Amino acid sequence: MKVVYTDNNATTQVAPEVLEVMLPYFHDLYGNPSSMHSFGGKVAQKLQEAREKVALLIGASPDEILFTSCGTESDNTAIRSAIASCPDKKHIITTRVEHPAVKNLYEYLGKNGYRVTFLPVDRQGRLNMEDLEESLSDNTAIVSIMWANNETGVIFPIEEIARMLNERGILFHTDAVQAVGKIPVDVQQVPVNMLALSGHKLHASKGVGALYIRKGTPFSPFLIGGHQERGRRGGTENIASIIGFGKACELAAKNIKQEQVQVKDLRDKLENEILRQVPNAMINGDRKHRLPNTTNISFEYVEGEAILLMMNEFGICASSGSACTSGSLEPSHVLRAMDVPFTAAHGSIRFSLSIYNTEEEIDFIIEKLSPIIKRLRELSQFWTESKTAQRPC
Amino acid sequence: MWNYTDKVIDHFLNPRNVGEVENPDGIGEEGSLICGDALKLTFKLDDQKRIKKVKFKTFGCASAIATSSALTEMIQGMTLEEAEKVTNEDIARYLGGLPKEKMHCSVMGRDALEKAIAYYRGETEKKVEGEIVCECFEVTDMEIERVVRENNLNTVEDVTNYTKAGGGCQKCHDKIKAIIDKVYGKPHVVSEKPVRLTNIQKIKLIEKTLEDEIRPLLKKDGGDIELIDVEGNTVLVKFQEACATCAASRATLKNLVESGLRESVTPELIVEEVK
Repeated sequence: MKVVYTDNNATTQVAPEVLEVMLPYFHDLYGNPSSMHSFGGKVAQKLQEAREKVALLIGASPDEILFTSCGTESDNTAIRSAIASCPDKKHIITTRVEHPAVKNLYEYLGKNGYRVTFLPVDRQGRLNMEDLEESLSDNTAIVSIMWANNETGVIFPIEEIARMLNERGILFHTDAVQAVGKIPVDVQQVPVNMLALSGHKLHASKGVGALYIRKGTPFSPFLIGGHQERGRRGGTENIASIIGFGKACELAAKNIKQEQVQVKDLRDKLENEILRQVPNAMINGDRKHRLPNTTNISFEYVEGEAILLMMNEFGICASSGSACTSGSLEPSHVLRAMDVPFTAAHGSIRFSLSIYNTEEEIDFIIEKLSPIIKRLRELSQFWTESKTAQRPC
Repeated sequence: MWNYTDKVIDHFLNPRNVGEVENPDGIGEEGSLICGDALKLTFKLDDQKRIKKVKFKTFGCASAIATSSALTEMIQGMTLEEAEKVTNEDIARYLGGLPKEKMHCSVMGRDALEKAIAYYRGETEKKVEGEIVCECFEVTDMEIERVVRENNLNTVEDVTNYTKAGGGCQKCHDKIKAIIDKVYGKPHVVSEKPVRLTNIQKIKLIEKTLEDEIRPLLKKDGGDIELIDVEGNTVLVKFQEACATCAASRATLKNLVESGLRESVTPELIVEEVK
């Protein structure tokens, strides 16, 4: 069965060009970049080139890029470094809609001596800048706010936030894992201190990420070991993946227009057609400030896991914010923070596209989805009742 | 992705007896839209007071739909006395098992059936039995106590998997723990595991657990297992047939064989594979 992959915020396919540049590092070029011989030195040279490519994509200089194993490590490194650099400050700020890589670390720190502010979002998933300003104090060690939300695609005003925090002299870290490669991200424009990115979200392989650390930002390493990454992260580099990551960033810079136009058009077609065909469906998140590839749609009176498994029968891959898919019993923390009613949160589906999706695939999803929702609603006792019931929002 | 059995997927994709029986003799509703799953069960009896027609409507995930469908198939033709003996374990077993996080779906089926029978008998529905412990999912102490007893649950996580209690804000975890302790504090529900096993007893119990509980599960997937030796608390086993070549056999060894033996024999056991 053909796979129709629209779950690119979960992970992406490795671009063929990326795989090609990775392969030599599994056989011929297996040297250690730290070695004294030129066999290893050759690899060190390529490592540096990869660093330059990653830096170029976000407007950084190469020595501001630290390679890590994943987005989570980048986020953890940034946050732990910030609090280690300001040991006297015991207040940290983030939002209620962060990825678990940030949210769960903040919760952990909240149980270990830190006062944590979790900023709320509105019904559209937007932040209120006044809430942020009011929460700042002299005791604030770091603020972490994601660039774009992984579930809804909602983009936060990172430039405005960064400028404000920069003026106040407060360290600012952003999880830009979902943003980089999909929308322009330029650290010369946006004065963030630290920015996390991940390889496998932009067509590189899993197991590689990076942390941008602006020059002059105090830094304290998370992994302590060898002198790799100029002593800022011990551990032999994941060379093949880093080389691939460099290539993926080079491609992303080239493809970003395609993301903004072609991918966006397909996404818009998908959601507009679904909204047209399926009653009691709604988009979650601010449609004006959103990643071009992401749509999060709620179908009232049906449950997300059931929708996913029925789509799975046709090879369609997406994800859901329903309780049943997360293994927890409550729907996604992002949708709850946005006050999406439970009736709609349980039936939410996220489609996240990539440049590899075709119009035929989008048409296929549109064709299959409407009967699936219809069928599940026929099973649901609430659907018949809902004809007289008021819509929850 | 959940590890659903083929039978669960079959009942989900091809649900039996969907709908509502006209002029039903029994109606039972359980769950809610807010909780994420809900079941409405209706049945009609024949002259011999057997369940002649039974239908369901379910809002929920694949396993909620599958357990509802399976339940209707199971109780078709039963007398109410027979039907009320159906346990949530029976429903799960009928489907070849459910992921433990999904056991609450089988409990929902059982509860809806009980309510439908009570409706037929004209028993006024007891509004809330006991005191609410979990406010997020409105689960009472009596419901928790019952599910702990009937399914030999030992941890808060188990209780959450079976009833959802404790799966929300988690503030009730201490209360749930206290209920579990209370249940096992009473002598008649203490499990029958001997406190200290002799070597012979231990080996016999390992053999019996492998034979009765573990081999049937492996055989379903075309695999098998052989007990080679027991050295102290180290159990040496050999996978056979499909298991011998299965890439996931290491996970099977730890998750299924070792945890199964630890539960039935003694928690100190370590299971190792002999190649």
